[in-house]
Amino acid sequence: MTKIKSLADLKKLKDEVQSKIKLREKGDHPENLVQIKVSMATCGIASGAKETMNYFIETLDNQGVDALVTQTGCMGYCYAEPTIELTIPGKEPVIYGFVDKVKAQEIIDKHVIKNELVDGIIPVNYKTIDD
Amino acid sequence: MADYNMHLLVCGGTGCKASQSELIKMNLKNQLTELGLEEDIQVIHTGCFGFCEKGPIVKIQPDNTFYVSVTPEDTKEIIEEHIVKGRKVERLLYKDPSTKTSIIESKNMDFYKKQVRIALRNCGFINPDNIEEYVANDGYEALAKCLGEMTPEETTKLIIDSGLRGRGGGGFPTGLKWDITRKVEGDQKYVVCNADEGDPGAFMDRSILEGDPHTVIEAMAICGYCIGADKGLVYIRAEYPLAIERLKTAIGQAQEYGLLGEGILGTDFNFDIELRYGAGAFVCGEETALIHSMEGLRGEPTFKPPFPSVSGYLGKPTNVNNVETFANIPPIINKGAEWFGSIGTENSKGTKVFALAGKINNVGLIEVPMGTTLREVVYDIGGGIKDGKEFKAVQTGGPSGGCLTKDFLDTPIEYDSLIAAGSMMGSGGMIVMDEDDCMVAIAKFYLEFTLDESCGKCTPCRIGNKRLYEILDKITEGKGEPEDLDRLRALSDVVKDTSLCGLGQSSPNPILSTIENFFGEYESHVTIQKCPAGQCKSLLQYIIEDEKCTGCTLCFRHCPVGAISGEKRSPHFIDQSLCIKCGVCYQKCKFDAIKIA
Repeated sequence: MTKIKSLADLKKLKDEVQSKIKLREKGDHPENLVQIKVSMATCGIASGAKETMNYFIETLDNQGVDALVTQTGCMGYCYAEPTIELTIPGKEPVIYGFVDKVKAQEIIDKHVIKNELVDGIIPVNYKTIDD
Repeated sequence: MADYNMHLLVCGGTGCKASQSELIKMNLKNQLTELGLEEDIQVIHTGCFGFCEKGPIVKIQPDNTFYVSVTPEDTKEIIEEHIVKGRKVERLLYKDPSTKTSIIESKNMDFYKKQVRIALRNCGFINPDNIEEYVANDGYEALAKCLGEMTPEETTKLIIDSGLRGRGGGGFPTGLKWDITRKVEGDQKYVVCNADEGDPGAFMDRSILEGDPHTVIEAMAICGYCIGADKGLVYIRAEYPLAIERLKTAIGQAQEYGLLGEGILGTDFNFDIELRYGAGAFVCGEETALIHSMEGLRGEPTFKPPFPSVSGYLGKPTNVNNVETFANIPPIINKGAEWFGSIGTENSKGTKVFALAGKINNVGLIEVPMGTTLREVVYDIGGGIKDGKEFKAVQTGGPSGGCLTKDFLDTPIEYDSLIAAGSMMGSGGMIVMDEDDCMVAIAKFYLEFTLDESCGKCTPCRIGNKRLYEILDKITEGKGEPEDLDRLRALSDVVKDTSLCGLGQSSPNPILSTIENFFGEYESHVTIQKCPAGQCKSLLQYIIEDEKCTGCTLCFRHCPVGAISGEKRSPHFIDQSLCIKCGVCYQKCKFDAIKIA
């Protein structure tokens, strides 16, 4: 890795990463992927987030779905752990709570494969710094 | 593949479910099927919208319409008017309480979002183990801006102008602290991040470190640039293994990318960060004790002044800030002091993260603008009290804070108003209590915590807290007398006035605030030896009512100590000398024959 030597370097890296992410999110591209983020702070892991994450990775792989499953930090919905965020290319991200293996399978069968929503979506109830 | 072109989102949070949101969903589904629209429009249940006061809520996507206080009878109108004819159902729209006008524009439909995420902006979005995701979300841009375009004086002034105050609990203006440390002469200075989060039930700092470690690294480097330090130390408790791991990974990545180390971003600014582990002692959250612990000494506080800004780690000028305080720095630099100042209230700017816990439906990590009321937090974001019980009190500020009653629910959350109400902001633990919680027992719980955590250096804290605890214990055991209440008050004042550090100076607060706000409850413990909440076991008696008891023997079979006797099909009896008051008989009885006296 070459070191970042200036603001211009930093901006260049930012643009590169952002376009990589955009490619992932936009459709009509070979890199077109379903993205799943699993909330993996200590509390999420304690409620079974690791099992949920492994289940997604294995099941999606078995079913031949091109998906990127990653970890992220606390989403704040402690009452609904484990929580995940699912992004279907070209669509708004959706957050699901109480995602155990059964729920994970339902999400894969309905939302990932058929593009239907599943009960239990957690609405975004906060504003971001860009709002 | 099913391709719905519209979604009806029906809130399935606890509060909305209690007001028939299940039936609303069913009605909507049935009515759509009647119209043959079930293939085009999907109805689903969601989690809590965080606006429970106006529930049940139905949101229509994609046009973003937000209907409030919907009843099962309203569904027909929503379908016929909104879906079929495309007209909004005006009477179900949210009305602005001040102007009484309905909100119709979909772009204004975000009013229900009570939270604003600044410190938590990246938590739950980015992969904390990947520096590139942080960079993609404006990461390290604030540092680059400071190093490239601003002098340390200008940067410090920006932080002063933003009005940011310390998020660890004290509320000291952050910019001012930086400015003081900057002006002190010293060949070596240090930036310390206080990640010794110790309040019971608090996990704000852990979540930030686990979800967005780079923001803390970036802010520490900025602080180093401002005060003239090239060394940063994170004091973190060993009880946070995942936070430590992610922080280590992040520091390694930042070094690899040249964002920590020598000649950062092509300038002559050097900065590096090391970790120091704490053993999880509450007192080490106090900055002088924290510094002594880092030096390898006992974690005991010393008298201030000298403040760490003048003589801190190894006797050098040291700037200590809390994790959440640091997490606010990069957005302030990127978006400006004015932007930050526009959020919050006159004297408390920005937002505060709270770990919302206790007898509340939506336990969670929340971030609200300063000035949000406790009522909004408890009833909207928190979704109200569990099992429909009565709200009794909310505890803020941890073992140093106090309990606020329902009379204080409309208190805005800000540093000064919480102190005026008899509690404090604290680091962000917020514990909600219901009618079943005994306030004497709660005070005793916090005292037990301080007792464990007192370092023992000064007498008032070491012995005074012990005596306070003993009096509370006596009261909950039913051996209290009315004079004990005066003793509690007098001794509390002494401990507050004469303790060396913040721990002892604030440890009697839970007692004082509960005596103040729940005097009747203390009184009934010490005069008629009764616990109104039915929590203090020594003050309870389980009694079987002869008329109601059918002699089913269920209680007899479940009693773990054989305290219940009686013949089949005739009333049973509890031997009080054997009863351990576990309450199993009370839970098991199907005939409501067991009473708590």
